[in-house]
Amino acid sequence: MAFYAVAGVAVLGALGVLFFRNLFHAGLSLILALSAVAALFILLGAEFLAGVQVLIYVGAVAVLILFAVMLTQRITARHVPQYTRALVPAAVVALGLAAVTALVMWKVELPPMAPMPASSALEELAGRLLSTYLLPFEVISLLLLGALVGAIVLARKEERR
Amino acid sequence: MTITPLHFVGVSVLLFGIGLLVVLSRRNAIGVLMGIELMLNAVNVALVTFDRVYGPERLDGQLFALFVITVAAAEAVVGLALILAIYRARGTVAVDDLRELRG
Repeated sequence: MAFYAVAGVAVLGALGVLFFRNLFHAGLSLILALSAVAALFILLGAEFLAGVQVLIYVGAVAVLILFAVMLTQRITARHVPQYTRALVPAAVVALGLAAVTALVMWKVELPPMAPMPASSALEELAGRLLSTYLLPFEVISLLLLGALVGAIVLARKEERR
Repeated sequence: MTITPLHFVGVSVLLFGIGLLVVLSRRNAIGVLMGIELMLNAVNVALVTFDRVYGPERLDGQLFALFVITVAAAEAVVGLALILAIYRARGTVAVDDLRELRG
């Protein structure tokens, strides 16, 4: 079944991010997981989000991360330890959080899945984005501008004087 | 066996847990950033699932996910720029080597 295949790929990709010692391989595994999440969006009937996911996450963020890994190449050397010493407490915290969340979601009575909408909701999505959510939309464009300028200022080589 | 919203929420919980473990256990700051991206994606899956369950005609969940993706992109760009700056200044991006502020 499509869902199980896609969910399996997503979880396997995430596990790859966790277990690959080479950070570059972990980044490639991250791309796999992010693509699988895009497929999950399609299964949920959110085609536009799936497109955005592929464009922004797989196309931009993941490639940016791989570039950063390559620019800081020395740290992926084999002898450098890749995990912190606090591995056991970290595992306890993460597993505990996942267990509690899973328990809560198990107790909650979720209504069954609504039938797939007949037509794409793109028009409705655009309408709401530019009416109800107009203020967050404008604020987030300012945030993007700030991030753009900030990234250039931070990553620029300092001029020798 | 039909696919219920619980299945999608389950995938979301798994991805979030793995992402948190990556954030807490990786020494390399770029690895930590990868974990954060995984966690944000897990939340997006949950948001879109609840959007589909509770309001297929309202689309709030999808719009929230859209905003989350945008903020995540901005966060990744600034985070990687910071990591590059730290690498230039210190020659390392291992999070447990950066401990000047520790009391």
